[in-house]
Amino acid sequence: MTNTLQEAEIKTLKEVSKKLRREVLMMIHNAKSGHPGGSLSAIDILNVLFTKCMKHYPECEKNSDYKNRDRFILSKGHASAALYAIMAHCGYFSEEELLTFRKLGSRLQGHPCCNKLKGIEVSTGSLGQGLSIGCGMALGLRLDNINSKVYVYMGDGEIEEGSVWEAAMNASHNNLNNIIAFVDRNKLQIDGSTETVKSVGNVKAKFEAFGWNALEIDGHNFNQIYDAVNTAKQSNKPFVIIADTIKGKGVSFMENNANWHGKAPNDDELKSALEELK
Amino acid sequence: MTRECKSVRSAYGKTLVELGKINKDIVVLDADLSCSTQTKMFAKEFPQRFFNVGIAEQDLMTTAAGLACTGKIPFVSTFAMFATGRAWEQIRNTICYSNLNVKIAATHGGITVGEDGASHQSLEDISLMRSIPNMLIIVPADEKETIEAVKFAASHYGPVYIRIARTNLPDIFDDNYKFDYKKAKIINSGNDITLISNGETLVETMDCAKILSDKGIKAEVIHAPVVKPIDCETIINSARKTNKVVTIENHSVIGGLGSAVCELLSENYPVKVHRIGINDEFGQSGNAKELLIHYGLDAASLAQKIIGILK
Repeated sequence: MTNTLQEAEIKTLKEVSKKLRREVLMMIHNAKSGHPGGSLSAIDILNVLFTKCMKHYPECEKNSDYKNRDRFILSKGHASAALYAIMAHCGYFSEEELLTFRKLGSRLQGHPCCNKLKGIEVSTGSLGQGLSIGCGMALGLRLDNINSKVYVYMGDGEIEEGSVWEAAMNASHNNLNNIIAFVDRNKLQIDGSTETVKSVGNVKAKFEAFGWNALEIDGHNFNQIYDAVNTAKQSNKPFVIIADTIKGKGVSFMENNANWHGKAPNDDELKSALEELK
Repeated sequence: MTRECKSVRSAYGKTLVELGKINKDIVVLDADLSCSTQTKMFAKEFPQRFFNVGIAEQDLMTTAAGLACTGKIPFVSTFAMFATGRAWEQIRNTICYSNLNVKIAATHGGITVGEDGASHQSLEDISLMRSIPNMLIIVPADEKETIEAVKFAASHYGPVYIRIARTNLPDIFDDNYKFDYKKAKIINSGNDITLISNGETLVETMDCAKILSDKGIKAEVIHAPVVKPIDCETIINSARKTNKVVTIENHSVIGGLGSAVCELLSENYPVKVHRIGINDEFGQSGNAKELLIHYGLDAASLAQKIIGILK
């Protein structure tokens, strides 16, 4: 694996991100509910992780190397639409199933449920729990001498939860350099700007003070995402990537607007959003 | 009455070590209380498989959850108050919703926590755990049963909550004891009234039955170590026989064993049920025995109350 993405790879990533964004919007529109803002801010990172960085097996246990897979935890479970879209893209299930999102009887629950959908490592949705689950997985993998990584994807509002910092201490205390965490720094939460609601301040300095290596990147720049993960893989400490992102990225009227945290687009809004994502 | 009492916490610690020797997937977690919970025994024997997360019970539960995701069988210990109260939502949303193989063995449940007082006396832990799907709840009554319950938990897939008594307890069961999570145990038969208990109050209930027997009242004593799923059949059959039921527990009368018995009888065989436990109030400091007497959970107080009920 080289440390730079080729031009053709970037072109493909761009196309896939656009497709994923369209699917996210169609899913949420069809469900008449969901979380477009934080799903769209996560798309580019999930795209790079699932198509370029992580060792994972959409066929799950059927692959004999399954136990050696990298683990992914969507700690900000409300971005489930983005996770389902990339999973379908990778072949965990058919893209047609995406339209069952949030419907009665669906495997694609509003927030990820591991007992309904194979490939989901653990159920999430209640914020602040994923990093600590990741610590447990990292400890378990280490006990078994399995050399894979645990990826934990958090929101920036989410790190207001105290349990995140309990886990941050745990990771550095146990020197869990097999954890790679993301903070999706889209700077907005339901009630408005993170800095207005409860200042999360200097996230990098906070994690560093907790004994982590930290890197700030542009969370919509494929090369930066890819490079950061490759750097993180070599880290001697737990590693956090603080990704500067745009909530609602890709749809002009949703971008940087907290009102689109948890609202479904209507028919006209979907149409105009899809137009932008052609 | 003086009897030899044994430390069930120490029995828990020893059993963990025994299990650790035969199953390398057993791991143990604690939150800075490994001396009190006796998980320190496992820590000494298997330092690589013991994780002290410090004073951070939320992290305790979700770290255990993550370990379970990798195929480990985590036993998690701290005081019942912090295990079930502080980290309730981690237990609910991560451990139980994902149906992970995590065993929560909490010590210091009930009023018998003693001198530490109300802040540490968990009178709600069974209630809190009982309302979560997938959770199995065991309240053992002596050393032997604690050992068997812990072994059962290790071999049974899914979340389990075990309340390990803080106080030392006399032996009730002998070496032939077999733990069957589907069965409540009839300790002695009687036709006049059914007494249902578990945990630290079982021995008081048995002694109470002796006092009643001396007065010509034949009480049927049922031990329900598993509060969820509770053995409906044994309890309904006894209620049919006596038509009078009393529950006795070292827990709030709201949400615990008493509530479980009321729920099942009201739907299947409605009879009057008297719940004896801690009424809807906080505890206080005192030694364990004094507190049991103060709150009417000792054999003599129970007998007096039950005679009153029968009048």
